[in-house]
Amino acid sequence: MAAQMTDAHRRFLQVLMSHGIMEGSEARKLHRRCCEIHKVYYAHDKLDDFISTINSHLQPLFMQIRKGMSEGDGRAHYALVNLAETEITKMASDYTENELELFRKAMDLIILSENGFASSTEILNLADQLKTKKMKKKEAEQVLKVFVEDKWLSERNGEYTLHTRCIIEMEQYILSNYQDVARKCNICHSLAIQSQVCESCGIAMHLPCVRKYFRAQTEPRCPQCNDFWSCDIPGTSRMDSQSPSKTGRAEKSFILSPRRC
Amino acid sequence: MSQRKRSKVSGFSQGDDGDEDFNVSQTPTHSQVQRNLERRSQDQVNQKVSELVQFLLVKDQKKIPIKRADILKKVIREYRDVYSEIINRAGRTLQEVFGLQLVEIDTRHHIYILTSNLPRAEGENLRRDNQTAKLGLLIIILSFIFMRGNSAKDGAVWEFLRRLRVQPGERHEVFGDVKKLVTEEFVRQKYLEITPIPLTDPPEFKYQWGPRAAKETSKKDVLRFVAKIQGKDPTFWTSQYTEAEATP
Ligand SMILES: [Zn+2]
Ligand SMILES: [Zn+2]
Repeated sequence: MAAQMTDAHRRFLQVLMSHGIMEGSEARKLHRRCCEIHKVYYAHDKLDDFISTINSHLQPLFMQIRKGMSEGDGRAHYALVNLAETEITKMASDYTENELELFRKAMDLIILSENGFASSTEILNLADQLKTKKMKKKEAEQVLKVFVEDKWLSERNGEYTLHTRCIIEMEQYILSNYQDVARKCNICHSLAIQSQVCESCGIAMHLPCVRKYFRAQTEPRCPQCNDFWSCDIPGTSRMDSQSPSKTGRAEKSFILSPRRC
Repeated sequence: MSQRKRSKVSGFSQGDDGDEDFNVSQTPTHSQVQRNLERRSQDQVNQKVSELVQFLLVKDQKKIPIKRADILKKVIREYRDVYSEIINRAGRTLQEVFGLQLVEIDTRHHIYILTSNLPRAEGENLRRDNQTAKLGLLIIILSFIFMRGNSAKDGAVWEFLRRLRVQPGERHEVFGDVKKLVTEEFVRQKYLEITPIPLTDPPEFKYQWGPRAAKETSKKDVLRFVAKIQGKDPTFWTSQYTEAEATP
């Protein structure tokens, strides 16, 4: 039934795990290298088949290599994820309780924010309110750094958002735990943390999806309600990946109304 | 661990020579594990196996050696009666799917690490990851120790690093706190072993390879690395060459 795994598959998996997440072109290079090292059949367009062989063996372990998109630049990424949805399982064995609580709080702020970012000040202010065990600011700063290193958060100019790896890993968790707030992108139907939202009907789109979608249109109109799309269309040239937009910071996190741009 | 059940299941006895571990099939208690297994549903046991695999992978990611006590406490919990079966299956899965082997590096305290079973690829010393720079520093220290006859004093190691512009007191832009990286992180990860030299004042320390270093690289590779940097043939260092060729 399922194709046999070879050492090429195992090597691919080992390297992917040690990186946590890999960008598409890196993964393609690795695919080739693994096949060459172990002298197994290689075809440049067969990465997805190669991965699905690995996945068929990971399935009984509730793990999977999943493909996701970076919300900043729209590039494909691969990450090994844990399918157990009940808890932040993968993190649970790696962090202490108050570190996990800080992470959850940061995640709250990010998901409830206008633009998918929370400032370090906002997050650090919560450090001495942790129920499990309070943290000093300095300590919390250090923990945030570890979350960035471990690719759960990414940081740009003191603003934090969820790392692509985290989104790939926790998409289901977020969608079910933030049912009323978490949005799905109208174009690619995945979870959207950094997004633009239609002022009229409230649908959301990832920035790279917005860019791609409107590229073909003379006048930007919402794919859902056909109203004029009033957000700035992210530059058609190079886009500043993962950098928080300056707009929409006025409204504070706990307002659950649709994010406007 | 004091309240461990007096179960006869292998892997549970308090014996500290450790050879009882993970060896169910050869022990007379095999049938008892079998009986215990029958009380559990396959799904429950499979669930535990995958939890354990995930736990080991997460710990391994950070190169944290895994204590059996932690495995019992954090994963196995009320499944102690089928512990040996769970750990055996997890070991098999790690091997078949991930190409990793669960190795007991400390049989007295029952400490494990995961090492790769895959043949080392050309030019791929130690496992590649995003910590490549740190591993670069490590390989330099390991070569220094090996070239010095498998043991070097702390003073010599730091003098050598200082010449490479790596200062213990300063924050290095890549390595951060170098002193901490070398004396704590590499030691915790079992790449290095640092032991005090008796009767020295001020205290001196001896640096040696830790068990993970021996698993993830080899003397042969390290000598090849040194030879490449110095632009010489490995045979130039006769005794090291003989030793490297003699160790697998
Ligand atoms: Zn999208
Ligand atoms: Zn609309």
